Amino acid sequence: MAALDSDSDEDLVSYGTGLEPLEEGERPKKPIPLQDQTVRDEKGRYKRFHGAFSGGFSAGYFNTVGSKEGWTPSSFVSSRKNRADRSVLGPEDFMDEEDLSEFGIAPKAIVTTDDFASKTKDRIREKARQLAAATAPIPGATLLDDFITPAKLSVGFELLRKMGWKEGQGIGPRVKRRPRRQKPDPGVKIYGCALPPGGSEGSEEEDDDYLPENVTFAPKDVTPVDFTPKDNVHGLAYKGLDPHQALFGTSGEHFNLFSGGPEGADLLGDIGVNKGRKLGISGQAFGVGALEEEDDDIYATETLSKYDTILKDEEPGDGLYGWTAPRQYKSQKETEKDLRYVGRILDGFSLASKPLSSKKIYPPPELPRDYRPVHYFRPVVAATSENSHLLQVLSESAGKPVHDHGTHSRHQLNASKRGELLGETPTQGATTSVLEFLSQKDKERLKEMKQATELKAAQLKARSLAQSASSSRPQPSAPDVGHHSWHMVLSAGTAATRASDFKPFAKDPEKQKRYEAFLVNMKRGQRDALEHCLDPSMTEWERGRERDEFARAAMLYASSHSTLSSRFTHAKEEDDSEQVEVPRDQENDVNDKQSAVKMKMFGKLTRDTFEWHPDKLLCKRFNVPDPYPDSTLVGLPRVKRDKYSVFNFLTIPETASSPAAQASSEKVPQRQGSDKSRKPSRWDTSKQEKKEDSISEFLSLARSKVGPPKQESGPPGNKEEEHVTESLPNKVVNKGVDSQTEGEGSRPSMDLFKAIFASSSDEKSSSSEDEQGDSEDDQEGTREADFQNSQETDLVETSPVAQASEPAPQEPVPFFPIQKMQVDAEEFGPRLPPVFCPNARQKPEVPQKEKHKKNKEKRKTKKEHRRKKEKKKKHRKHKHKGKQKSKKSEKSSSSESTDSSDSESEGEGTADLSPQELLRRLKRLPLRRQ
Amino acid sequence: MAFPEPKPRAPELPQKRLKTLDCGQGAVRAVRFNVDGNYCLTCGSDKTLKLWNPLRGTLLRTYSGHGYEVLDAAGSFDNSSLCSGGGDKAVVLWDVASGQVVRKFRGHAGKVNTVQFNEEATVILSGSIDSSIRCWDCRSRRPEPVQTLDEARDGISSVKVSDHEVLAGSVDGRVRRYDLRMGQLFSDYVGSPITCTCFSRDGQCTLVSSLDSTLRLLDKDTGELLGEYTGHKNQEYKLDCCLNERDTHVVSCSEDGKVFFWDLVEGALALALPVGPGVVQSLAYHPTEPCLLTAMGGSVQCWREEAYEAEGGTG
Repeated sequence: MAALDSDSDEDLVSYGTGLEPLEEGERPKKPIPLQDQTVRDEKGRYKRFHGAFSGGFSAGYFNTVGSKEGWTPSSFVSSRKNRADRSVLGPEDFMDEEDLSEFGIAPKAIVTTDDFASKTKDRIREKARQLAAATAPIPGATLLDDFITPAKLSVGFELLRKMGWKEGQGIGPRVKRRPRRQKPDPGVKIYGCALPPGGSEGSEEEDDDYLPENVTFAPKDVTPVDFTPKDNVHGLAYKGLDPHQALFGTSGEHFNLFSGGPEGADLLGDIGVNKGRKLGISGQAFGVGALEEEDDDIYATETLSKYDTILKDEEPGDGLYGWTAPRQYKSQKETEKDLRYVGRILDGFSLASKPLSSKKIYPPPELPRDYRPVHYFRPVVAATSENSHLLQVLSESAGKPVHDHGTHSRHQLNASKRGELLGETPTQGATTSVLEFLSQKDKERLKEMKQATELKAAQLKARSLAQSASSSRPQPSAPDVGHHSWHMVLSAGTAATRASDFKPFAKDPEKQKRYEAFLVNMKRGQRDALEHCLDPSMTEWERGRERDEFARAAMLYASSHSTLSSRFTHAKEEDDSEQVEVPRDQENDVNDKQSAVKMKMFGKLTRDTFEWHPDKLLCKRFNVPDPYPDSTLVGLPRVKRDKYSVFNFLTIPETASSPAAQASSEKVPQRQGSDKSRKPSRWDTSKQEKKEDSISEFLSLARSKVGPPKQESGPPGNKEEEHVTESLPNKVVNKGVDSQTEGEGSRPSMDLFKAIFASSSDEKSSSSEDEQGDSEDDQEGTREADFQNSQETDLVETSPVAQASEPAPQEPVPFFPIQKMQVDAEEFGPRLPPVFCPNARQKPEVPQKEKHKKNKEKRKTKKEHRRKKEKKKKHRKHKHKGKQKSKKSEKSSSSESTDSSDSESEGEGTADLSPQELLRRLKRLPLRRQ
Repeated sequence: MAFPEPKPRAPELPQKRLKTLDCGQGAVRAVRFNVDGNYCLTCGSDKTLKLWNPLRGTLLRTYSGHGYEVLDAAGSFDNSSLCSGGGDKAVVLWDVASGQVVRKFRGHAGKVNTVQFNEEATVILSGSIDSSIRCWDCRSRRPEPVQTLDEARDGISSVKVSDHEVLAGSVDGRVRRYDLRMGQLFSDYVGSPITCTCFSRDGQCTLVSSLDSTLRLLDKDTGELLGEYTGHKNQEYKLDCCLNERDTHVVSCSEDGKVFFWDLVEGALALALPVGPGVVQSLAYHPTEPCLLTAMGGSVQCWREEAYEAEGGTG
């Protein structure tokens, strides 16, 4: 930068006008102090500033906002007499003197306007104007303008001139070869008018080939684009008869290109020169007259003079004129260009080192081939049963087949569907109508009014019906009206499906039946629904009355239903449903995976892939398109299973659906259905994981025993735990268990099962985090975690229970070989042995073993029980829920199932054991605590 | 290009202890870098979360508002907000500058082990020992999560998020990867309870550490085992593991007070960095430089490569 060189003064850039140097002996002017900087009017009076919008300095009268006479409204003047005097007030009438002065808002002084300011020196605009003028009907109309030449030049002109630019030249570095002089495009024939400035260069050099090396020329000036609007009614590019040609008969080839001198003279002279040649009208528009001798120019004979005969006149951008010039020439030229520029450059400026980046211009978008720039709106008709025909006709007229709902085109979507596609959460509520936006009070008022009017109408109708009945003359019109209203009611309300729930005539079953029939007919849209379903044996009056009753009932139901439905939401889960939703796909067998992991065969063997539906909003937040845009479910796909089914808890092969089960209650087919299609559930796997444990052996045994009686009982018992404990011979325990299980009515949590049946190794995993937390705390000496531990949820709390169950694996397993074998077989084949009869297989030790196990089980349940009590507080809610849920099944099943299992367990011949005995055995068990 | 690629310099492992921060917030449960690695967060057992400049060792701000110890924290991509989860079962969204709690998400039934922002910090994913991952929306005022991923059968120990995936390690011995773009859940069985998972920086692999004192590098797409790293001790605690800044080494905490570095490809033990006598509870690796933070007891150590010189004499 030049400014960086502090040494050289001429490199400095200075802005503004410098202060005049002080004269000798002159004192510097004192600055005017602030208090003296006042505004005075022409008489020297102070002016006060009243605020920018309340008059400024010129407000009011004696520095007030008022006036001498105050404000007076203009008095009424009769316009009859002095109509002529009435003057229209202009804005000036309301202005102050100052406003009209030189610096006011409406100066009255004479100023040269832009129209006259520097017009003629603006060559580019001038040329455009001339171009326009030449084609104008009256040529030379701009002539007068040219005489007025005020000498006002813009700063740009002055700057350019300082840089060596002359008018008529182009702007830019000088070029080597002399450019072809400015010349109108041959395609646009402009007759007679000397447009180009031409400058002062004579035309004698035109054909001079030789040019000295060091002579450079200014670039050619740019012809502005002529934006003359087309204001005639001719066709495009049609030019009417040109007055020059018509009057003077100038031929097309005769361009007056190079006439020097001022434009005005040029224009006139041009006409004068050509005048002598021909008079009269000639031109293509008039054809060739017989007396005309020259007809060669009629067809616009091309002469060679119109063509460029030398290559030099073309000016390609690279300055090479089509030749592959020697390299040195090119480079020399480049440097020369730079130097030339530097020579002419203004002080303080330097050449830009890099060219201006040109603005990128994007082409307009390409229209599709079959694009029609017309749009019209099709009537949107909602697809209902009534207007389906209309819809079809409409769509046929549009040339489109009727789309089904899955493949809606963009235009057929309504707002909610579009929102759904976009992943918005739909607004709650079944219907979106204007009513939804009303406040509750308004709605109620509306409803009341509606009901009142309906009631009134019904009463009126009843009266008229009664009258008609009394006159024993059927009146078909009134019921017809009624029909319409019923139709409306029934189609508008959602009563259609649930109308049968509402039994207004429950006392009279026959009548109720008739009413229902009436509703059904109504739904089908039969007009004479009422007539059909009325009892033919009734009298006319009775019929009329019933008709009225039915109609009112239907209406009442519809309205009450809608009022109620607006107040309540549907239950998300049905409390009394016998089914529970279970993930459709389950992570399958862990055993295979464990072995795969042991063999380090990760990959297919250890991987499960599921369909998983992310929430729409989650996709939106992750900026990911919804992979399942059509689905509404979230998470893993779920299927319904029996909630209280044993099969949710036990693994029983398909063959296990024993004959006994088939013979049982009505639920059996349903259960079987789910049974066959079902994959191993989470309850199964939780059990399978511990299959190696002897506990699970016991389980399978217990299962095989408990299973059949359970299947006989109505709704299957919900927990094996319950059955196991109940099958204990010890009846003392039973009571406690009963009370407990009642509270445990709902499906117990996973953790419970884990805690009971998990082996020590598995337990470690689940409780490891807590242990970690504890031990870390120990390390740190911050003793908080114990307290925390007790506050934790089931997961944590079950761990001690599980620890208590640890003796299990230590038990001498082999003394139960058959069971063991069976379990081993289970791992690879079907999950559980088919129903086997215990008598055939069981060895004498079996009861013993089982008893033993049961004891253990009991101990566990006891512990569990105690635990439960401890955390009863936390689980109270849960339990309450469970209680309600299970009550039903409990009631129906408990008596039967307990009885049967009790009797069976007694029948098995297990000896009664006293609690003391149990305790004793318990103590004998080898306990290993962690 | 005509120029050959510059030869990659040998990866340097951070083994010079640069700084030890005495956090003064009880046990440091987790230490985490922010998105560009200039700052770090420490989660203390005294219910506070602290923001540090680890290189200078200056404490920048303390965030208090948790009702129990803080177990994990993460910073947003624009450093404007933090999220943390703790033993109070709450997930907290913080404003970094003001130190105020912006949102408190409640809904987990157990302590929150791990929290992560998604890429644009619009969703917080939290994994809890209640075996669910909850996706909390930071944009709306909805108190309940956007979605609950409750496929795990046991506590969630680690959650990581990429632009379209959620990687979760659970104590039930499975690594689950939820692919939002494909709408699929990939569940890889590892067997042993998983303590930490992470994506490799190229996003092709997942590193899984489990309580059988083994780290496994799994191919993300197929679930195949690419490498196994053993030698450290991890049998009880939830310890962190990660990859270094250039995916050349696998780093893991150990219960014997060391940090282990393995060569990723060869699986050979590259370095066992002794940190101290206790258990290295948590570690964090700088996103771009060989800089490691370890947490042991109540202090955090900052490690750099041997050749590292502190810039500007900050010491």
